Amino acid sequence: MNQFFRRSNDFVDRNIQWIFPLPAVLFVLIMMAFPVIFTFGVSMTDWSMTVPGSGHFIGLKNYVNMLKDQRFYNSVWLTFYFTILAVGVETVLGVAIALVLNREFIGKNVVKTILLLPMVTTPVAIGLAWTLFYEPTIGLGNYMLKILGLPTSKWLASNAAVIPSIALVDIWEWTPMVILIALAGLAGLPVEPYESAVVDGAKPFQILRYITLPLLMPTILIAVVLRCIDAFKTFDIIYTMTRGGPGHSSETLNIYAYSLGFGYFHFGSASSVLLALFAIVMGSSLLMLWMRKLGSDRI
Amino acid sequence: MKRKLYQDIRFYIAVLIVIIPFLFPLVWIIVSSFKTQSQIITMPPEWIFTPTLENYKSVFVENKFGKFLFNSSLIAVLSTLFSLILGLPAAYTIARFKQKSLGVFILVARLMPGISFLIPWYIIFSKIGMTDTFTALIASHMLVGLPLVVWIMVNFIDDLPYELEESAKVDGCTRQGTFMRIILPLSKPGIMTASTLTFMFSWNNFMFSLALSADRTKTLPIAIYNFVSYAEISWGRVMAAAVIIIAPAIIITMLFQRYVIKGLTMGAVKG
Repeated sequence: MNQFFRRSNDFVDRNIQWIFPLPAVLFVLIMMAFPVIFTFGVSMTDWSMTVPGSGHFIGLKNYVNMLKDQRFYNSVWLTFYFTILAVGVETVLGVAIALVLNREFIGKNVVKTILLLPMVTTPVAIGLAWTLFYEPTIGLGNYMLKILGLPTSKWLASNAAVIPSIALVDIWEWTPMVILIALAGLAGLPVEPYESAVVDGAKPFQILRYITLPLLMPTILIAVVLRCIDAFKTFDIIYTMTRGGPGHSSETLNIYAYSLGFGYFHFGSASSVLLALFAIVMGSSLLMLWMRKLGSDRI
Repeated sequence: MKRKLYQDIRFYIAVLIVIIPFLFPLVWIIVSSFKTQSQIITMPPEWIFTPTLENYKSVFVENKFGKFLFNSSLIAVLSTLFSLILGLPAAYTIARFKQKSLGVFILVARLMPGISFLIPWYIIFSKIGMTDTFTALIASHMLVGLPLVVWIMVNFIDDLPYELEESAKVDGCTRQGTFMRIILPLSKPGIMTASTLTFMFSWNNFMFSLALSADRTKTLPIAIYNFVSYAEISWGRVMAAAVIIIAPAIIITMLFQRYVIKGLTMGAVKG
């Protein structure tokens, strides 16, 4: 028994490189790689849970149909629109706020904790609370607009305002992440350039424009990449607030695929949209990571 | 001196202007949860009123939130635990033996949209009769948790000094012994970061639970979402439910602020 124990211990010691990661790799294979291959297979069929006897091989027909479908292009456009709008505002606002907060002060930790709260609170709960805020007749949103003397909005019920309204929730949730990343970046900047700039008599705006922002750029870029990857995949707040409506005005790729799959149970066509989404997300993530690598190589 | 004071006041006003928009919606949710339906929709909002606990009572008694609270806790705790059990050894060898491609393979799960797995999972779990089981829910949440644990821990273990392991090896310790007796105790801050985030991501998860859970395993995010399907939304109950669901995240964040910041901004400060 003792002998056996020692020998198996030796065995683990010698082969630890593959024994230790094996369970994790098997888990990811079963839960991720296999489903993706399965989805690929299903995307070549006309499988629908509501049509008995369906599930025949139809080749690339789902993809052809998808590329002819106006709804698909609409969702691709809305996904990019939402991501660019939300991440754009988050970046500008986040960096600006970080520049304000970038000094030692009493209560800095309290401020940091408050900034963490929007990120950690449950998106569904947040989505519902904002739904009430946006409610045209009883919501606080229009009441505030009225106080400011501005025209009221239909918010989530309006085709034009729905994406900016949802983006505002994302901005509320995730600007703090950009702030915290930028603060960490600012804390790590070298002091020498500032000393020589002061000696040369540079004005505060010049220091910001020619020293701080260029030095901070790699950090900002990382924040943008991380935010884009997540904003692209936003599901919870959109689904709770509008489910893609009104009409298809807030139907991003995620929501579109979900409603094809679980609204109509058209697994075949849903799978082709999923693979398109997968390709777009992986493609743009890799592109952004690559651009970030190029950027950091130059610096 | 006076100039300094003036600058300080100006600075703190700026800080207030920054944090109020982030704090206000949360305060508003908490205040509204103690109001009646008609008080909630009264404009301008009333800040002085007699608070009622009626919303909390009906959420627990009529909507059975106790059960959902239990389901959410069980799933979050177990998926965090299993993510750590699978993820820590993997992170150790990925960091020490520079198994870069293995790391990338596991991290692809972090990049991929969760919905890519959802339809196949649903089909397969239905076929083998596993929808609405805790096993299916925990496994699905682990696909978020495991890459997170690996990502955080590889970065953390990379920074640990190698000399300690060397001397353990000289003393005749096996590598798994080194992992158990040296690496794990040294990794406590990293493990704290990883488990806090994994727990919160599972606690907040909506999409996986929406497709895979039904009556038996329903979690809090699904339970609160179901309020929308009623003809007239009882906003007081929604707000009370929202407070119940966000309270743990807020408490954890206040207790472990340092770890949460580290986890969320990780990868930004480092490679």
